[in-house]
Order: sequence, then structure tokens, then C-alpha cells
Amino acid sequence: MEIDPFIFRFSIFILAIFVGYYVVWSVTPSLHTPLMSVTNAISSVIIVGAIIAALAGSSENIFEISSIFGFLAIVLAAVNIFGGFLVTQRMLQMYKKKKKNK
Amino acid sequence: MISANLSAIFYLVSGILFILALRGLSSPETSRQGNLFGILGMIIAITVTFLTVGNFSTSTIYVFIFLLVGGAIGAFIAFKIPMTAMPELVAGFHSLVGLAAVFVAISAFKNPEAFNLGFPGDIKLASLIEMSIGAAVGAITFSGSIIAFLKLRGIMSGSPITFPGQHIVNLLIGISIFVLIYFLCSSQSESFFWSMIAISFLIGVLLIIPIGGADMPVVISMLNSYSGWAAAGIGFTLENTALIITGALVGSSGAILSYIMCKGMNRSFFSVILGGFGGDASVSKDKKKDQKPVKSGNAEDAAFLLKNASSVIIVPGYGMAVAQAQHALREMVDTLKKNDIKVSYAVHPVAGRMPGHMNVLLAEANVPYDEVFELDDINNDFANTDVAFVIGANDVTNPVAKTDPQSPIFGMPVLDVEKCKSVLFVKRSLSPGYAGVDNELFYRENTMMLFADAKKMTEDIVKNI
Repeated sequence: MEIDPFIFRFSIFILAIFVGYYVVWSVTPSLHTPLMSVTNAISSVIIVGAIIAALAGSSENIFEISSIFGFLAIVLAAVNIFGGFLVTQRMLQMYKKKKKNK
Repeated sequence: MISANLSAIFYLVSGILFILALRGLSSPETSRQGNLFGILGMIIAITVTFLTVGNFSTSTIYVFIFLLVGGAIGAFIAFKIPMTAMPELVAGFHSLVGLAAVFVAISAFKNPEAFNLGFPGDIKLASLIEMSIGAAVGAITFSGSIIAFLKLRGIMSGSPITFPGQHIVNLLIGISIFVLIYFLCSSQSESFFWSMIAISFLIGVLLIIPIGGADMPVVISMLNSYSGWAAAGIGFTLENTALIITGALVGSSGAILSYIMCKGMNRSFFSVILGGFGGDASVSKDKKKDQKPVKSGNAEDAAFLLKNASSVIIVPGYGMAVAQAQHALREMVDTLKKNDIKVSYAVHPVAGRMPGHMNVLLAEANVPYDEVFELDDINNDFANTDVAFVIGANDVTNPVAKTDPQSPIFGMPVLDVEKCKSVLFVKRSLSPGYAGVDNELFYRENTMMLFADAKKMTEDIVKNI
């Protein structure tokens, strides 16, 4: 009996939900906004699918219908990746301890 | 060109780096390092994808160009956006993830060979189901986030839009998505695919329009979760571990945040989804209350009270951010601290328009994060505090939530400001807050109302101390 590879991926998925559950509960509430912006940035790893789609065009016709959607998805995901990580970094820079004030 | 096994391992590594990125957020000290892990994970995932596809051609150059175009737009937005606009920004970003998921699903449907999923008209059944789910959830995320964005931005009114039979219509549309996916799988016909996507866009709009402005923190968290599930759906289609792990992480993160927000408002998740709560509409029902006496004061009185206190707790709310009073507030606190007065900040879970929003706004005004406390950590301190300074908050301080079972906000956890010796309440008028409930605190013996614009009042107080 072969196990369908889907089952393995599904196991990873379920385990990752559990990891996510415990990791996110340990996030301090004061960082919930950066949490949202960083999850946004990392979910844009969907760009890997977009790149595959965009590169699949044949050499005579780079812009066939499926690769056009790939290119569009690249732009959207790239906005998120750069925007998401940079805005998170910008926020986190503000959470610095200021000992000198006392 | 690297082997599929090797690239799978690299994708796993980038998935783990994403877990570490979230893990870093458990404290502000480790958070910046966490963000770097996230960036590293992304770089690995993108590089490995290029190496796996292998054939470098003119397409590759175009990919880089589009990547940089998107990146430049993203970077520009990230540096320009004011912190008060974070909720809109996040909603906008969610919509992009959703749309990207739809586009990738369309590409996979049109050119399944590129993804190793079979041939047009003969796509593997499992892949077809996975990409349909990814596309449907992505489409819902997209149109739902657009509506949330418009509401938060104020382009669309925050009041709930309802019509008779709304839930039935939504239910029918929801069912029809599954029916269309079923027909798509049995016929492989393109028209089913497109109509399924179109209907998903529609349901995204319909799901969010009945939800009022007050519930927006829940909506943003919920859409955050959806964007994760969409990514996971596409991850299954592409058989990509990094995407599956990330999708699961983001999905559960958004779900937890929704839960925390609902709890902060004492609302069940289900009633938020069904909508119709909050916004401008619910304010109207006033049961002709006889005018109760209100004690109001000016900046001098407030300054006098604050100067003679030995401990002060600041309770900021979204109104503070709207008035841009956070910097003036910080100045006031600095002056108080110079006079050896102990000052701390109390932040309610739903202060602001998204989870943790108030903390970011305070951090931006250079308030050290170790002076900012969550509800549970500070609520017992109010009883031993001389002055509570409520600025731009309202419902989250209303004692009615503890005393009156008839009240719509009964049971919502509130800050026990009334236990302080005196309460200073900066507000423009006596109007009720988002929940449309009159705040009993206004009429208390120990409350002094300061009717003014939050920023102006705070500046005046600073002058008078």
C-alpha cells in the first residue's frame, strides 16, 4: 500500500497549524500590529507560484495568457513582500527601550 | 538547475525561518531579528524557485523587472504610510495576497504542465480541487479586503449595509461555489472555473458590507486568516512546503487574533460575521434621559489635579490618534515625570482599529513600551491611583459593562477607571462611543469632563503644569 503524497503534505499542514497556534499565542499583545504586517509579508511567498507561471512562457511567446497572470501576480506579491517587511521593520524600530530617560 | 528534492528541503528551511519570524515577536527585543529571519526565508524561497525552474531566458529578465516594480511600489508605501493608517494598509495588503492567489490559480489552470499538474482539460482531480479552493478563498479575501479598506479609509460609510434575506442569499451563494467546483471537477470546463471565481468575488463583498465600523478589528484579523488559507490552498496545488507552512501559520494567526478581538469586545465571532452592529446607525435610540449633572473643567483644573497626584494612568483610545494628540500627550507625561509623578499607560485589547494598533501609535510617539500595560496587567492598579486620564477612549471605560445586563456591551472587559480617586475625561462632547451606549462614567462624582479637542487640551495642560 502506497501512501498518497497528499497525506504527507496534509500532515505538514496540520502540524504547521499547531505550531502557528502556539507561536502566535506567545506573541506579546503589544506587537499584534507588526504580527499582522509580517504575516502579510510571509504569505506573499505565494510569489514562488507566480514565478513558475511567469517563466513557463515559451521563448517565442513570453506573454501567453498563463504567464501574463504570473507576471501580474509577481507585481502584487512583490508589493506585499517589500511593503510588508519594510513597514514591519519601521514599526519594530520604534519599540526600542529608552533607558536614558530615567 | 537543482533537483526537486534539494529544492523541497530549501522550501522547508524557508518555512522554518517564517516560524522563527513569528516567534521573534514574543518580545520587542527579539522582534527585529525575527523580521530578518522572515526576509531571509523569503530570499531563499525566491532564489530556490529560480534555480529549480532553471532555464534563464528573456522571461527571467521580465520577472526581475516586475519584481522590482512591485518592490519599489511596496517600499514607497511602507515608508510613506502614517501609523494611524496601518489598518487600511494591512487591509490593502491582504487584498493583494488574495488577488495574487487568484492569479496563480488561473495560471495553473491555463497552463497545468508548467506546474506538473496534468494537461489543459485533463488536470489531476486533487490539484483541481486544491486550486479551486485557493482561488475561491483568494477571491473572497480580495473583495472582502477591498470593502474593509474602503470602510477604514472612510470612502465608504462605516454603517452596516443590510437587506432582507441577506443571510439566505449569502448561504445560497456559498453553496453554489461548492456546486460549481463539483461541476468544474467533473467537466474540466473553463466556464465553471471563471464563474466560480466571479461568484467568490461577489460573496467577499456581501460578507463584509453588513459588518459595522466597530467590528473592523475582527474583520481585519479574519481577512488575515483567509489570506493564509488561500496561500495554503495554492501551496497544496504547487506541492510547495514553504507555502503550506506559511499558509497554516498565517491562517491560525489571523484566527487567534479574531478570537482575541471578539473577546475584547465580548462579542461572539458568529454575531460579528452576521453583522449589523455598530457604525453610525445605532446611535439614534436615545431613551430621553433626564439631563444628569456633569462636572466639567478646563485645562487649569486638570493641570492642578495632575500636578498634585502621585500616580497617573493614561487611558488612550482611537480618538487620541485621530486628533494626533500622542506627541502632545508624551510631552505632558514627560512634564509629569519631572515632577516625580508615576505615569503608566493602560491599553485595552480593542483600543484602536486593529489588534495592537494603540501600542504602535504610542511607540511612534516614543513612549517606552515597558510603560504600556495590557488590561489584565493594570486593571488592579486603578484603585491605588490618583488620576486616570482618559483620552480618546470611551466604551472601554464604561462601568455599565459590569453592572447593567441590559446593556449591549454588558460583559465586555473594561478598564476600571472609576476606581481612581479622580478621572479626567478628554472628549469633545457627551456623545456615546462606537457601541452607541451612554457612558455612565461621565456623570460620576469623581469624573471631570474636559470638553475639547484632545490635542489642544493636552497642550494647554502642559502649559499649565
